[in-house]
Amino acid sequence: MADRRTAKKGEELVHVEDLYVEYSAGKKIVHAINGVTFDIRRGEALALVGESGCGKSTIAKAILRILPDYGSRTGGCIEFEGKNLLEIPEKEMEKVRGDKISMVFQDPMTALNPVKKILTQISSVIKLHHPELSKKEAEEQAIKMLERVGITPDRVRDYPHQFSGGQQQRVVVAIGLSCDPDLLLADEPTTALDVTIQAQVLDMMTELIRETNTAMLMITHNLGIVAETCDYVAVLYGGEIVEYGSKREIFKNPSHPYTIGLFGALPDLHGDGDRLKPIAGVMPEPSDLPSGCKFHTRCPYATKECENGPVPVVELGGTHRCQCHNIEAVAKAIQKEA
Amino acid sequence: MGTLVEVRDLKKYFNTPRGQLHAVDNVNMKFEEGTTMGVVGESGCGKSTLARTIIHLHEPTKGQILYQGQDVTYPTRKELPALREKMQIIFQDPYMTLNPRYTVEDTLKEPLVLSGEYKAGHALDKQISKLMDMVGISKRLRMAYPHELSGGRRQRVGIGRSLAMNPKFIACDEPVSALDVSIQAQIINLLMDLQEEYKLTYMFVTHDMSVVRHISHNISVMYLGQLVETSPSKELFDKPLHPYTKALISAIPSTDIDHPKKRIELKGELMSPVNPKPGCRFLPRCPYATEACRAPQQLEEVLPGHLVSCCRVKEINKDLLQKEGE
Repeated sequence: MADRRTAKKGEELVHVEDLYVEYSAGKKIVHAINGVTFDIRRGEALALVGESGCGKSTIAKAILRILPDYGSRTGGCIEFEGKNLLEIPEKEMEKVRGDKISMVFQDPMTALNPVKKILTQISSVIKLHHPELSKKEAEEQAIKMLERVGITPDRVRDYPHQFSGGQQQRVVVAIGLSCDPDLLLADEPTTALDVTIQAQVLDMMTELIRETNTAMLMITHNLGIVAETCDYVAVLYGGEIVEYGSKREIFKNPSHPYTIGLFGALPDLHGDGDRLKPIAGVMPEPSDLPSGCKFHTRCPYATKECENGPVPVVELGGTHRCQCHNIEAVAKAIQKEA
Repeated sequence: MGTLVEVRDLKKYFNTPRGQLHAVDNVNMKFEEGTTMGVVGESGCGKSTLARTIIHLHEPTKGQILYQGQDVTYPTRKELPALREKMQIIFQDPYMTLNPRYTVEDTLKEPLVLSGEYKAGHALDKQISKLMDMVGISKRLRMAYPHELSGGRRQRVGIGRSLAMNPKFIACDEPVSALDVSIQAQIINLLMDLQEEYKLTYMFVTHDMSVVRHISHNISVMYLGQLVETSPSKELFDKPLHPYTKALISAIPSTDIDHPKKRIELKGELMSPVNPKPGCRFLPRCPYATEACRAPQQLEEVLPGHLVSCCRVKEINKDLLQKEGE
């Protein structure tokens, strides 16, 4: 723990290499994640962006190893502190979970225990990972944590239903951060909240991360949230990272037709009421993914070679990489349109 | 074109064990024919209740609802069906509002048959096909059940059902919030095309600020049951005048990474809508609050077509309004 404060920002913390996740659902095999590689570094936030069914939550669950045992198979490597998290014994994993890697879930009302006071919920987590602390010490630490997320000490003995949605979400964030984790996984942490409260929660999370040199994996479909909180972006489609880069690289120069489509489909806050440009078709079922490039069935720039075989990953300079056959043709077509 | 629907001093209170919940309190709103009025606000601000009260799913506690100038606040049992044909609603979650045992055809057939205008036969079949065409559902899905459809298609069926009897006014209650970005754009385009073709009047309830800016001609902002500001769409974003609207607009996450916005941070928590005190309901969170704010607030026209309910609005926006006056 102590070495984290001295560790440098940007030092590699988690290395995910060629991760695969499959489920069996009846006779079908669901290919949820198909060979995903990325790093998460200290003091930085990586965003996983994509629409429902693209596998973004599955990645977070694979890192924490909380995928259902029955019927799911993982392959590849998730390296954390020199060990492959997919291979260490369950006993060891229990020490990582909650203490070194923790998660903030989407819906606070289902993530909190309705019959326990919020103070108990947080102090029990702290006590579990630090058995050397007395009950009182654990509670003191919990109160401190709750104060940091803006819940005053006179309210810590209340039950979850006595709080507003925004306050509940802040309690969930406090639980996630209570053991001072190295990595925080945030799965759509603000979708249940209103914009003004969302802004408060996001500001608080980014501030805590900068302060404590924690790393964050932010799962979201909201590109505005990505722009305001993250440093790096991975765009997921059909269980693959189709484009990866720094925030600037992705927002200034989106190169994959899917990323371009996502930006085009967003209503603009400044433009006039032109027609939106939706992406044609719907996301394929992960149990029935097309061959070749997974996006070719919806891609306006698809050519013959996209339909079969592996798709090359093209380096675009810096950290920017993109998985597409026709990057140059796409870039030209976009320029022409503009 | 004139005003199609108007509400005057509309109130909808609910009785709860803790007292009266003021879900909609003294709301005045005008819906001009063929345009879209966006209604925004945080969850629990009463925007959905307002929509449901206007189309008579709730009975208003007080106030007036006018349709083409006629008072339709308390329609009789005989008047209601005809009114329902003219005033319709599209719900947020198409999965929960479609009958799981009805095929697409059944869902679209029901309102047509109920109206008494159609009997089983060729005319009915043709009308169903026409509706499916209008909302872009392919013919092969006619016998499909809701669980066989994707979210976007389900919402198209929901829209088709609302359009069955050629309504004039449609309350859209968060019609795209349950959908993915790429599908959301398809549905927004569909709604805008339908409006143009059939001169529909929309009330568009949402909490998504960029969607509302895109689709609306005018926008009303609600806070805890009250209307705090109403203005032409673009002007609301360029010149928000009410302190709450200012905070709301500053909090929208923007994809413009070169110009990060300065957020107005709100302190304090929401006031309870149960037995609220008179006066401005934004007061506990407002950075400009004074003693005068404890008195009831009046909606006042500050700029042409731009109404604000705040006693300090002129003071707060002095510079902006001065520029406007020159």
